[in-house]
Amino acid sequence: MTDTAQQRDWSRPAATAIPKEGYLKLEQGRYGPLYPRTPACHGFTIIAKVKPGREQAVRDYGKSIEAAVAGDPHCLEVLKLHYLRWVLFEIKGDTYFMYQGIFDTDFDKYTEDAVALFSKTGITTVFVNLEGFPEDWRTNVPAFIKFMRDHQRPSFLEYGEYPWVSADEIKKALRVKAALSDMLDQMQ
Amino acid sequence: MLAFDDIQHILLTRVPALTGRYEFLSFRNAAAGRAWVAAIREKVQSAQQARASVETNKRWVSVAFTWNGLRALGLNVASLATFPEEFRQGMTARAEILGDTGANHPDTWVGGLASPELHAIVILFARDAVERERSRSEHQKLIAQLNGVTVLSSLDLEATPPFDYAHDHFGYRDRLSQPIIEGSGEEPTPGSGAPLKPGEFILGYPDEDGPPANLPQPEILSRNGSYMAYRRLQEHVGAFRDFLRQHGRTPEEQELVAAKLMGRWRSGAPLVLAPDKDDPALGADMQRNNDFNYKEMDPHGYAVPLGSHCRRMNPRDTAANMNRRRMIRRGATYGTHLPDDASEDGVERGIAAFVICASLIRQFEFAQNVWANDKNFHELGNERDPIIGNQDGTLEYKIPKRPIRKKITGLPAFTRARGGAYFFLPGLKALRYLATLGDGRQS
Repeated sequence: MTDTAQQRDWSRPAATAIPKEGYLKLEQGRYGPLYPRTPACHGFTIIAKVKPGREQAVRDYGKSIEAAVAGDPHCLEVLKLHYLRWVLFEIKGDTYFMYQGIFDTDFDKYTEDAVALFSKTGITTVFVNLEGFPEDWRTNVPAFIKFMRDHQRPSFLEYGEYPWVSADEIKKALRVKAALSDMLDQMQ
Repeated sequence: MLAFDDIQHILLTRVPALTGRYEFLSFRNAAAGRAWVAAIREKVQSAQQARASVETNKRWVSVAFTWNGLRALGLNVASLATFPEEFRQGMTARAEILGDTGANHPDTWVGGLASPELHAIVILFARDAVERERSRSEHQKLIAQLNGVTVLSSLDLEATPPFDYAHDHFGYRDRLSQPIIEGSGEEPTPGSGAPLKPGEFILGYPDEDGPPANLPQPEILSRNGSYMAYRRLQEHVGAFRDFLRQHGRTPEEQELVAAKLMGRWRSGAPLVLAPDKDDPALGADMQRNNDFNYKEMDPHGYAVPLGSHCRRMNPRDTAANMNRRRMIRRGATYGTHLPDDASEDGVERGIAAFVICASLIRQFEFAQNVWANDKNFHELGNERDPIIGNQDGTLEYKIPKRPIRKKITGLPAFTRARGGAYFFLPGLKALRYLATLGDGRQS
């Protein structure tokens, strides 16, 4: 459940500082406490250690996502994403993977949808290269979600220049703009 | 091949019952509980039995257990731990997730349903009131013989007139969109999609993703079983009719408002196919009344508002992974009919229904949490399901319309949760297994 109690004002930039536990108020979601929707939408930052020797496999996975989206630009549509940022970095000789996603569904639904998407396409997930990832992830969604929750590093500050706006609303606004511009062209 | 002789009939069949009764039981000791299971098991029909005798039978019995109930029967700790977390916690612990807050909070529930003492339900569907009374009295005798089984509460079911088709107290035709299980022998009606893998509803079979995993152990206990989410939803018929009158000047306009809340006319005719005027013949025609989609036929919600009950509970082609979110619905209405010209009489009436699925968290809880109660479903901003969502009078309901949509603010609650529970519905062999447990000593 996302709480949008009042229609929020997109024209007024907003920032939210988030307590250490990752939420402002404890609300139970299906798989654990709900992470809040902030001016920067829903999202997560998953940080996990890469299995030794798998760094290249993680990088290659970036190429396969690029190819999948080029082949079918809407293949990730169900995840309701704004942005993905994937980063690899080292700490004391170990390689870590950071998966940052900004999206409009809640954390648990995103993960459920992602498992279904990966299972359906038959492709594996980048997570199989990470330490501690459940081997039976395809059939054990709760274990997949637990891994995500265990490795989530909640933000302590999130900011939106155009806060509370979903990707669908942005696309709608751009479509209106395009239609308006087309209309003006027709009137020349 | 489905084990029709082991699966409880409620999972696969609809019986021609006009009445019935639910009894909610508590086991004071394990031996008495098991003796009850052994005795009632004789009355529980499998799908095969129910199908073979549907014309002659007068009553049909199903039984199911809460997690506390399985524990009370003496199921061992290791086995109890193999049940999924949400079932172990029970419906009351999941209240916030389900939208059971405020007036719907378990603290306000009736009949002891929120109590950890709730261990089992026995569901009786009966052809008529005489048969119900006979069965009630027979069960009462059984309980009286057993020292240690008590009835926490009961609920008598009553169909609402007219009796020639199933509908709720608001008048909406029911049972129009049910998933069909592969191998059940039933054919989906046009528009209902292909049959679904049995594992979506019955434990021990492949589901839409493949072979089943993480089933409760031992296998004999889970095989051919399922989970049932019970909901007792009071329907505020007076408030509903007042609302229709407030928003529609003529009977036709009021019917349209009712249709816009649901996504179908009360006759069952889908708004996608009959957007402007009711078509009762379409509503009653199972070959036509479910044959539509939203993405192509009504993308903006001009026929069916984006937030309507039907569109939330079965978004069809506008949601992902629909095959993993389907649910079987069973149940009935309770309480007396409120005549059309009568004002609210304060008598509780509503729906006492079961949602049957293989995963409460993936199917039932998802539907309650994301579809019914997410205020931002389809970017709606400040809405919940107008029929079953948690409404506290602060939300709105938008009806798309050219040139400008109609926005209703301060939507009242038309329903209220008065009780509920998560049950495990075992197969008949599993019932025998439960009846013969040895006080936690079984392996």
